[in-house]
Parts: sequence; structure tokens; C-alpha cells
Amino acid sequence: MRGGGRMGWNLVRLWTLFVYLFMFMPVAVVVLLSFNASQFGSFPMTGFSFRWFIELAQNEAILRAFRTSIVLGLLTSAISTTLGVLASLALVRYRVPGSNMISTFLIAPILVPEVVLAVALLLFLNFLGINKSFTLLLFGHVIFTLPFVILVVQARLVGIKRDVEEAAMSLGASPVQTFFQITLPLMLPAVLAGALFAFTISFDDITGTLFWKPGGVETVPTQIFAMLRNSISPEINALGTVMIIMTVGLPLLGVAIARRLATKSGG
Amino acid sequence: MSVEAREARQPWILLSPALTAVTLLLFIPLIFIVIYSFWLRTATGAEQVGFYLDNWREVLSDRFYRDILLNTLKIAAITTVVCALMGYPAAYFIARARGNKAILLLLLMLPFWISYIIRTMSWINILGVSGAFNSAMIWIGLIDEPIQMLYNETTVILGLVHFLLPFMILNVFVSVDGIDTNLEDAANSLGATRWQAFVQVTLPLSLPGLAAGGLLCFVLGAGTYITPLILGGPTDAMFANLVFEAIITQLNWPLGSALSLMLLAVLGGLVLIYNHYLGMSQLAKGLG
Repeated sequence: MRGGGRMGWNLVRLWTLFVYLFMFMPVAVVVLLSFNASQFGSFPMTGFSFRWFIELAQNEAILRAFRTSIVLGLLTSAISTTLGVLASLALVRYRVPGSNMISTFLIAPILVPEVVLAVALLLFLNFLGINKSFTLLLFGHVIFTLPFVILVVQARLVGIKRDVEEAAMSLGASPVQTFFQITLPLMLPAVLAGALFAFTISFDDITGTLFWKPGGVETVPTQIFAMLRNSISPEINALGTVMIIMTVGLPLLGVAIARRLATKSGG
Repeated sequence: MSVEAREARQPWILLSPALTAVTLLLFIPLIFIVIYSFWLRTATGAEQVGFYLDNWREVLSDRFYRDILLNTLKIAAITTVVCALMGYPAAYFIARARGNKAILLLLLMLPFWISYIIRTMSWINILGVSGAFNSAMIWIGLIDEPIQMLYNETTVILGLVHFLLPFMILNVFVSVDGIDTNLEDAANSLGATRWQAFVQVTLPLSLPGLAAGGLLCFVLGAGTYITPLILGGPTDAMFANLVFEAIITQLNWPLGSALSLMLLAVLGGLVLIYNHYLGMSQLAKGLG
């Protein structure tokens, strides 16, 4: 009986290894091939080279896509983090009647299929005179990232105790002083986490973006999508590697910063 | 104004920007496309305002749309089942592993951060005519000519599983991790084998997590149009591809509205049923 359990456990362990391989092997191949010296974006590996990264850095269309994605991501992140943090504060800090319903209402944008959200927003804003444009993209990205920010920030706000704020107030600090000198620094890791989350989701979005973007404007994912139409070139793999480093490196950096801030403020 | 009244108003002031955004950018637009779906697109390309049932008649009675809808649901269902079969044991392992749990969890979070389009297109490098698999097979000498493995329904499902598996694992993990291991120990000490203890204690208790993961996989899978465009063939369109076609290519916005609402009704209906029986808290746990 015990031996059977042990064997079962080992099977589960093996299965898990297989699942992790399944998740990471294709991505590893993208990174591997991006350093391939060969003309074509495929096997065999003919040598190690940075040439595709250099070509990437000289490709005007890709650089433009990067600029668009970064500006869009930063603006999206700033707006939806602001909205999300305020809403989370209300939901965590106050007893609001019907707070469960409000929560569901606020995360509705990710309960609706993104395609449907994309169509509804495109048609409605077009009706109001806002055509496919950067503004439409921004509105779309804000509404789509807002629920994620609220979920992340809310989860982290719960852990912050009110005692410290009450202590500050009882020592004579005004509510505004308390917010900026006590609450905000304590909340900073939550705010940063939300902002980072919003940025990466915006940076990676393609489903809505293809509906909202005006002709001629490309974000990095739509640029990759357009390039895939031709054939898979080593340049795409190099671009993929850059994307992977950005979207994985940024959150890891964020986690590290949040840790530092948390230990500094004694949390 | 009294202190209590101010106290009561504060949360609403904090909530109002977010509530306004969701109302203006989601709910009113949804109501708007309901109205839009009854308009008509005329031969000149302009929209005829009015109350016409033509779009709905087309969407609801045309076999073409019905077949693609059913096929989309089939693909989403297969994807969900495969995700559950692959993901459950892995999630269980992570939850019950001693030692390097933190690293396993971090590795589990990584795919969420790696770009969806990169992960989807990465399969071309593996299964393409000059991809890893064919190159390896030719090198070993098992085949002479590369096999065409891409661009069919199976690769669409493969891409979807690869994209959605982390959602499943995370949800199951959250739920298994919350189950007291003493329960299994108690079952063991009462004479149950580890397998019996798992089937009769842990598995039933983890069903909410499995359901949350399943819902996410199904709804996200059934709503995608990018994966079929990248990994599917010309006949592998899913329902969301029809929406994209109608809105972006044909510019038939009234028809596109009706198609979107159809998709929303089917998938939104599922979310509502789920919410009725299980509530949103499990989902929020998995996402947060």
C-alpha cells in the first residue's frame, strides 16, 4: 500500500515535469532560433549570431511598433491603476452597501468575451465620433486592464492594517497627511503590482487591439501578427526573444522592487 | 454635513471614476450593439436605422453560423478537458510538493507573462515543415520528407491548450492548496489507501477550483480568433473569426453586432450559470 502511494506520487512528479516541458519547450526554441546564424528561421542551427537582433534594431517598422506599445502601455497603466486603486480602497476600506455586486460589476470587462467588448466599444465610440485611433486603443486597453488591477490591488490591500493610520490620526495628522505619509507608502507595493500588471497586459494585447487600431498603426503584437502572414523569419524569433525578456523581466524586476520596499518599510 | 454623511459618501467618490468607466466603456456600448443589431447594412454600405430582424434571422437560421458555433464549442470543450487532464496532476503536485514549491509556482506564473502571440507562433518552430520535430525525424532517418502537421483543428487545440493550461493549473492549485492535509492523513489512518483518500476527500474538495479553471479555459478558448488564424487552416474558423470577418473585413457592422451578441449570449450564459451555483469568489482567488 505504501509502495503504491510512492509510485503514484512519482508518476505525478513525472507528469508535472512533462507539463512544464510542454509549457516551456516551444518558448525555449524561439529563444534558441533567434540566435541562429542561418538565413531561414528554422532548423538546423548553423551557428551562433546576433545578426537578427541587429536587423531588428534597424527595422523602422518594428521600432515604431515598440514606441506605440510602450506609450500605450504606460498611459493605460497610469489611468487604470489610478481608477483601480481608488475603487479598491473604497471596497476594502469602507463598508459599502452591495459591495459584492459592485465588485462583480467592476470585473465585468473580463467576464465578457474580449471580442464582444472590442466590437461594442468600437461601434459605440464610432457612433460618438471617435474613429479607430490611438484614443480608442487607449480607452479599450484601460477598460480591459481595469479588472485585473482591481483584483490584484484589492488582494494586497486587505493585508494592510488600519492601526497605523489610526495611530497617525490620533497623533494629530490630518487625513490628507495620513494618506500621503502613511497609507500611500504602505500601499506602494500593491500600486506597483497593479501598474505593472496593467502594463504587461496592455503590451501583450492583440485580440482587442486588432479591432481598435487605425490602419498603419501597429503595436508589437500586431506587428508580429502581420509578419507571420509572410513566413516565420528569424527576425520574428528575435522579436519574440525581446518580448519574452521584456514581459518576463519587468514583472520579476517589479517583484524584486516590491520586496525591497516591503522590507524597507518594515512590512 | 455631518461626519457620518461624509464617511458614507467617501467610498462612492472613490468608486465613481471606475464605475463611470465601466458604464461608459462596457455597459452602454453593449446596449448600443443590441440596438445596432436591428439596423441594416444597405448595398451602398451605409446603415439603415430601424427595426429589422434580418441579421438575427440570418444568424439564427443559417446552417453555416450554427455549424461554426457548434464546432467552436466542441473545440473549447476538448481544450478544457485536455487542460484539466494535464493540469490537475501538476497542480496537485505543486500544492503538495515539499521544498521547491516557490520555484514551481514562479515557473507556473511565467507563462502568464510570456506574450500570447509568441507562445502561439512558437509551435510553428516545433511542428512546421522545417521545425524541430521534422528536422529531428529526418536527421534520425525515420522520414525522408517533412510531414505537414500544422494548420488543422488539432494544432488549434494544441495552441489553445498551451495558452490556457496555466489558468487551469493556477485555479486547481489555489483550491488544493487550501485543503487541510490532515484530512488526507485522517482518511489514511482510518484505512483508506492514498488513492482512495484522494478520490474521496481531496478531489471532491478541489472541484470548485477545477470548475473555475474549466470555466476560464472554456470561455477564453471559445472566444479566441487569433489562434485559429495562426495555427489553423482555411476551414478552421471559430465563431470569433466570423465576428472579426464581419466587422473588420466586410464592414457589416449590424451583422457583426448580432454575431457578437450571439457569442455573448452563449458564453455569458455559461458564466451566469457558474455564478449562480458557485459564485465569483473562487474565480477572483485564482486571478488575484
